[in-house]
Amino acid sequence: MLVLRGPNGAGKTSLLRLIAGLAEPAGGTLAFEEASLPADTLLGEHVHFIAHQDAIKLHLSVEENLSFWSGFFGGGDVAGAMTAMNLDALGQFQAQRLSAGQKRRLGLARLALVEKPVWLLDEPTVGLDTASQKLLAKMMTRHLDGGGIIIASTHIDLPVKSSDVLDFARLADRAG
Amino acid sequence: MRSAFTSVVVRDFSLAIRQGGSIGTAIGFFLTVIVLLPLGLGPDQQLLQRIAPGALWIALLLSVLLSADRLYQTDHDDGSLEIMALSSTPLEVVVLAKASVHWLTSGLPLAIAAPVFGFLLNLDAALIVPLGIAMVTGSLALSLLASLGAAITVGLRQGGLLVSLLVLPLYVPVMIFGVLASSGAQSGIDNSGTALIILVAIVLAALVVTPFASAAALRSYMR
Repeated sequence: MLVLRGPNGAGKTSLLRLIAGLAEPAGGTLAFEEASLPADTLLGEHVHFIAHQDAIKLHLSVEENLSFWSGFFGGGDVAGAMTAMNLDALGQFQAQRLSAGQKRRLGLARLALVEKPVWLLDEPTVGLDTASQKLLAKMMTRHLDGGGIIIASTHIDLPVKSSDVLDFARLADRAG
Repeated sequence: MRSAFTSVVVRDFSLAIRQGGSIGTAIGFFLTVIVLLPLGLGPDQQLLQRIAPGALWIALLLSVLLSADRLYQTDHDDGSLEIMALSSTPLEVVVLAKASVHWLTSGLPLAIAAPVFGFLLNLDAALIVPLGIAMVTGSLALSLLASLGAAITVGLRQGGLLVSLLVLPLYVPVMIFGVLASSGAQSGIDNSGTALIILVAIVLAALVVTPFASAAALRSYMR
């Protein structure tokens, strides 16, 4: 697991989007395990990307939102994903009636829906209460134990072991 | 890949039904144009009968355009589009699914309603069937072309005007052959069969080209 730190606007989100293949570098190349990737490699389908937007439809219920993504990804564990983020009691609620934190949990439940080796998390804890942060940390630990990769930008310390930290502020100091 | 297609279709269709707006707006706008036309042109029944197919086609075209700019807007705003781009499902499949739902919720209901509304324009009863067939077919091309315009303008706040300007030239052939196919015999010569075949050809060409073009536009926007 790699934690990205740095002030607002330092480029944490841009780096995550570059890795996901949602943006193209202005210069330089993206290297994976020290082997430079060919230009057309798409990491995309092996990546769970949690951005600032939760990618949920407000007019669908919690369960329908997850069923859609599970169908889209070709099969997933809707019930398991709801339990992982403690959404069981909210299944029939329309997403527009959820609070900001509950919407965030619904967005994060996608991580448990389908297995993907790489998780790119952009400020995943925004809006989450302490209990939900623990649920997220549990999910992340399980993913890491299973050999998965996580790159997350976050301002608070998640109780997840083995973190390498890439500090953008310190990088800038060294460069300047 | 098929399950991704049906998931998007089912989701967008139930969203369209639940929000209620799109189908109602399209039919309401369509009806408004058709009701206003005879009032503006006067009660000349011969004139109305002559222009009925063309007037219905113009109304269909404008109503389909009305909802076109919102095709990808919500998916772009809530981040779904990026997640869909990050999957093994090609974006082309997503485009095709969303264009089909646009057709199901605007073109198809209008094409079914048009012969009924045609009575307001004194539409020749013999033209009801050919008009219906031509509109069901032609509106498919309208939705596919609208998806292209919507994909190109997806990030823009006021994309609606630009969509109209981009798509209008592409709509011209659809309308010309659509009107021909639904007008029956004119001065003794019936070209409607030929026109319908050309219309189907336009639909097939749009079916092949627009998913790739729209997906390319969406990708280049996200990068």
